Amino acid sequence: MYAQLVETGLKKVRDVADMSPEEQAFQARVDADIKIEPKDWMPEAYRRTLIRQIQQHAHSEVVGMLPEGNWITRAPSLQRKAILMAKVQDEAGHGLYLYCAAETLGVSRDEMIADLHAGKVKYSSIFNYPTLTWADIGTIGWLVDGAAIMNQIPLCRCSFGPYARAMIRVCKEESFHQRQGFDIMLALCRGTDEQQAMAQDALDRWWWPSLMMFGPSDAESVHSAQSARWKIKLLSNDELRQRFVDQTAPQADFLGLRIPDDKLAWNEARGHYDFGEIDWQEFHEVIKGHGPCNRDRMRTRVKAWEDGAWVREAALAHAEKRAKREAKQAA
Amino acid sequence: MNSEWPLWEVFIRSQHGLAHKHVGSLHAPDAGMAIKNARDVYTRRNEGISIWVARSADIHASSPGDRAALFEPSNDKVYRHPTFFPMPEEVKHI
Repeated sequence: MYAQLVETGLKKVRDVADMSPEEQAFQARVDADIKIEPKDWMPEAYRRTLIRQIQQHAHSEVVGMLPEGNWITRAPSLQRKAILMAKVQDEAGHGLYLYCAAETLGVSRDEMIADLHAGKVKYSSIFNYPTLTWADIGTIGWLVDGAAIMNQIPLCRCSFGPYARAMIRVCKEESFHQRQGFDIMLALCRGTDEQQAMAQDALDRWWWPSLMMFGPSDAESVHSAQSARWKIKLLSNDELRQRFVDQTAPQADFLGLRIPDDKLAWNEARGHYDFGEIDWQEFHEVIKGHGPCNRDRMRTRVKAWEDGAWVREAALAHAEKRAKREAKQAA
Repeated sequence: MNSEWPLWEVFIRSQHGLAHKHVGSLHAPDAGMAIKNARDVYTRRNEGISIWVARSADIHASSPGDRAALFEPSNDKVYRHPTFFPMPEEVKHI
C-alpha cells in the first residue's frame, strides 16, 4: 500500500513475445523465485517502478514518525514514553533501511528527498490524519501497524533482493509495534468509562482511513497486474484488505469496541466478513494534498531538512579537516 | 556544495564465533560516525557484538554478467566433493 499509487509506466502487461532475450531471461528468473540483485540486468520499467515504490515506503516511515512523535511528551507514564520513543526510533530505522535499498537502484538520497518535498512522490495517505488523543497512539499501533504487517509480510518474498531483505528486518520489528498499540487499547478498554469512550472515539476516526491504506480495488489495474508479474506486489489490494478486516474484527470484539460500520457482518457462506463501502473520494482528496495534515507534514519535513543542512555540511567539513590533519601527521 | 555524506556498507558479527554478515548500508561523514550510526540503525535489539563499516566505493564486486565464466572452473571438478568417492562399508572412520 505504499504502492497506493505506483505507476509502472506501461500500458499493458509485458508479453513474452515482445521481450528481448535479456528481458525473457529476467522474467524467467522472477518466475523461478530467483532474487534480482542491484547489478543484475533489469527492465528500465521494473527499476523505475521499484525506485518509486521503495522510496514511497521509506518516506511513509519517516513521515509516520510525526503523528506518533506528537505524543511522546504526553505519554501517560515514563515507561510508555520510553516505549513510544523506541517505536518512533524503529520507524526512522525502517525508513533508513528502505532508502538504502532504493539507492542500490541508482537514485540518490538527495534526489528522493527533493522529489518528496516537491510532491512528485507520495507517502501513505494514513499519515495525513491527526493524533488527537492518547488513544490514537494505541489505535495507530493496532490498526495502522497491523495493516502494514499485512502488506509487508508478503513483500519479504518480493523479487528484488535488497527490498525483500529490508522487509524481513522490518517485519521482525513491526510485531512489537502492533502489540504496543493493542496493549494501550487493552489498558484503556479495561479502564474508566472516559478511557473506554476515548478508545471508541479513536477507533471511530481511524477505522476507515486504515482500510483506505490498502488502496482502491485493483482488479482492473494494469499497473497492479504488471507489478504482480514482476513479483513486487504479491497480493491484490482487495485481498489484503479482506484479510485485515477478518483478522481485526474479532480483536475489536475482544476489546469491547464497536467498529463503525453497520454493514460489517460475518458471512458464513463466503467464510469472510462483509463490510461497507469505502468513501474513495476522501482517499483521493487526501492523496491530492487536501487531508487534515498534509501541509503540516510537508512543512515539518521540509523544515527539518533545511534546518539540518548546516549539521550535514559541518559534519563533512569536520571529517575532511580531521582526515587532512591525520594525513599530515602521518607524513 | 554537495553535502551528501558518503555511503558505507555495514557488517555485523552477531555472536562470538560467527563471521560478520552484511546487513545493509548507511550514509555517514566518516568512519567513527558510520559505526555509531550502524549501532543505532542495525543493532537496536542487541543484534551484534561487533560492527565493521567499509566505504561502499571500496567494495569491489564480480559482475553478474561474468558469473558463468568466472565460476566455470569448478563446474566439472565434482571430485572435490567427498561423495565422489564410494568407500567400502567395512572401512570405518573415512
